[in-house]
Amino acid sequence: MSGGHSTYTPKTGIERWLDARLPLPRLMYDSFVAYPVPRNLNYAYTFGGILSLMLVAQIVTGVVLAMHYAASTQLAFDSVEKIMRDVNSGWLLRYLHSNGASFFFIAVYVHIFRGLYYGSYKAPRELLWILGCIIYLLMMATGFMGYVLPWGQMSFWGATVITGFFTAIPLVGEWVQQLLLGGFAVDNPTLNRFFALHYLLPFMIAGVVVLHVWALHVTGQTNPTGIEVKSKTDTVPFSPHASAKDGFAMVVFLFVFAYFVFYLPNYLGHPDNYIQADPLKTPAHIVPEWYYLPFYAILRAITFNIGPIDSKLGGVLAMFGAIAVLFVVPWLDTSKVRSAVYRPWYKLFFWLFVANALFLGWLGSKPAEGWYIPAMQVSTLYYFAFFLVIMPVLGLIETPRRLPNSITEAVLERKGGAHAQPAGSAALPETKG
Amino acid sequence: MKTILKGFAAAVLGLTLAGPAVAAEEGGTPHYPIHAPREESWSFSGPFGTYDRAQLQRGLKIYREACSSCHSMNLVAFRTLADLGYSEAQVRTLAAEYTIQDGPNADGDMFERPGLPSDHFPSPFANHEQAAASNNGAAPPDFSLIAKARGVTRGFPTFILDIFTQYAEGGPDYIHSLLTGYQEPPEGVTVQPGTHYNPYFIAGPALAMPPPLSDGQVTYEDGTPETVDQYARDVSAFLMWAAEPHLEARKQTGFIVMIFLILFGGLVYLTKRKIWADVH
Repeated sequence: MSGGHSTYTPKTGIERWLDARLPLPRLMYDSFVAYPVPRNLNYAYTFGGILSLMLVAQIVTGVVLAMHYAASTQLAFDSVEKIMRDVNSGWLLRYLHSNGASFFFIAVYVHIFRGLYYGSYKAPRELLWILGCIIYLLMMATGFMGYVLPWGQMSFWGATVITGFFTAIPLVGEWVQQLLLGGFAVDNPTLNRFFALHYLLPFMIAGVVVLHVWALHVTGQTNPTGIEVKSKTDTVPFSPHASAKDGFAMVVFLFVFAYFVFYLPNYLGHPDNYIQADPLKTPAHIVPEWYYLPFYAILRAITFNIGPIDSKLGGVLAMFGAIAVLFVVPWLDTSKVRSAVYRPWYKLFFWLFVANALFLGWLGSKPAEGWYIPAMQVSTLYYFAFFLVIMPVLGLIETPRRLPNSITEAVLERKGGAHAQPAGSAALPETKG
Repeated sequence: MKTILKGFAAAVLGLTLAGPAVAAEEGGTPHYPIHAPREESWSFSGPFGTYDRAQLQRGLKIYREACSSCHSMNLVAFRTLADLGYSEAQVRTLAAEYTIQDGPNADGDMFERPGLPSDHFPSPFANHEQAAASNNGAAPPDFSLIAKARGVTRGFPTFILDIFTQYAEGGPDYIHSLLTGYQEPPEGVTVQPGTHYNPYFIAGPALAMPPPLSDGQVTYEDGTPETVDQYARDVSAFLMWAAEPHLEARKQTGFIVMIFLILFGGLVYLTKRKIWADVH
């Protein structure tokens, strides 16, 4: 699709017949074979492919699990245990699916951080970025509702806490919460609608992924230099080059995934979820799944009222704001240079942001007491300052490093530098294949 | 890529430096358990771990003679005891020792019959309310998943190291420590009447359950020492099996999958290198 002209030539009679009626082979050929990709993409760019693989894996394992699952408060917990004990390879399916959710999020976080590092959200890729943010939001909803289905203690109490956020909305809050729950508390109607939505949302994700990939193929990929493709020497065809590289990255990713599935299947979960939900018994610490922990820390960092906004609404606003701010990143970053490779100060603040996000995640697993509260507040402040202050201001005052004229030049510069002076290879490590 | 790794290392380092500050600021609200569970060595730990059949059989004996009068094990069927090394006939005999309520029959009456291999362990109490009423208001937890439903937070940086050491025995370690951890409360500490001081208890300084095991309480026929420590060890292993009966299949499948992924990954890497040879 990129460049607007197709290089596909149907070779067989069937292909010619199809091409004249529904040119699906042409679409596939142009998108996944001839599609030109920058020649300097590194392994950080392989996570899009990995995410597609994980989405398919989650849908396949999920559909089979749904055949054995019963969405009823009386049966849900036991039906999951029946899968674990009596269904052929049921333990494998369920561990693949529950750990798959975690690894889906690991991949999406690397993917998002890669976008932030290389400035992938900048014009003309704003819509591509926003579609990605929508996918992330849908993933969070899907993951949350999926965690409720086994009907363990954390399922129940996590659902109670998270749906409780909505009561903070003025005027309509109670109504929204009751609509979500299908009643006044988390109960059978809640479980039923969460199951229905948990089955629906992945297909909505798949739909938005199609748009995301479409938008990507219109603008073409960015690359570690952030310089647009200028000539044919800047690119390689998607197949076999990118597909082989993506394939290798997928196998490495699957290796780590399999390590957890087979050796540490419950490491990323909470022990309390092996206790059946009990509405009369609140767990000592209610914590969401690890991938929401940074946002959980932001929620609990707001312990004070701001004017008419009480601390509860403030916390909820901050938490949703932390995701909402991602949508406007393309307009917050004022720098003319895309890639952090040529922005020494942005690079520093970016890595601080990563460390801060990890720290927020750790804080999210801690109770809101003692020094954790001020730490949550400082970390939350940096989270928002990174987007709302550092991004706009840095773009105006930072002096970027010299940009190469083209991707090819950047690649050759690295090669030449490596021959002349071995230390030179460290200067542009991002251009490495 | 190198920069990304370097940055990640810096981020991890940042967290490491934040670690000691956490330990220093304890106090305030009390945190339980008072002592972290002791780490024991288990036959089923590690990538090649397997259950020790003799130990599981001893553990089943402990469960039946010391635990089952209060603790149910609803999810475990007698037929699965074949995993412990029992023959079909032995499982049949064992199941028949239990009385199971069945029905209604053609006349609409409930009736009692001897257990079948397809039955699950019957509950010692008719319902949750009766279990609570017989135990000072706190119903004894079901044992089917207890070895996976108990885990003491490992803290930073131990929880990172656990990934590499494949530590997944927090449940059995906790059960073993709890069962052997009953002791006199230290001076100045008083516990509520009807509770028993145990610094390994996850939810407070003392628990309602009195020490359930004593030396010599259960007879072992295979010459294994009849001590509380050994009993606790055996029943913890048994409960791990009850919670995760397919652990061995999981680890064995895992090994094949890992080998496949390494070989396949190697081939894909070589292919990738050949394809990219003309570009770099």
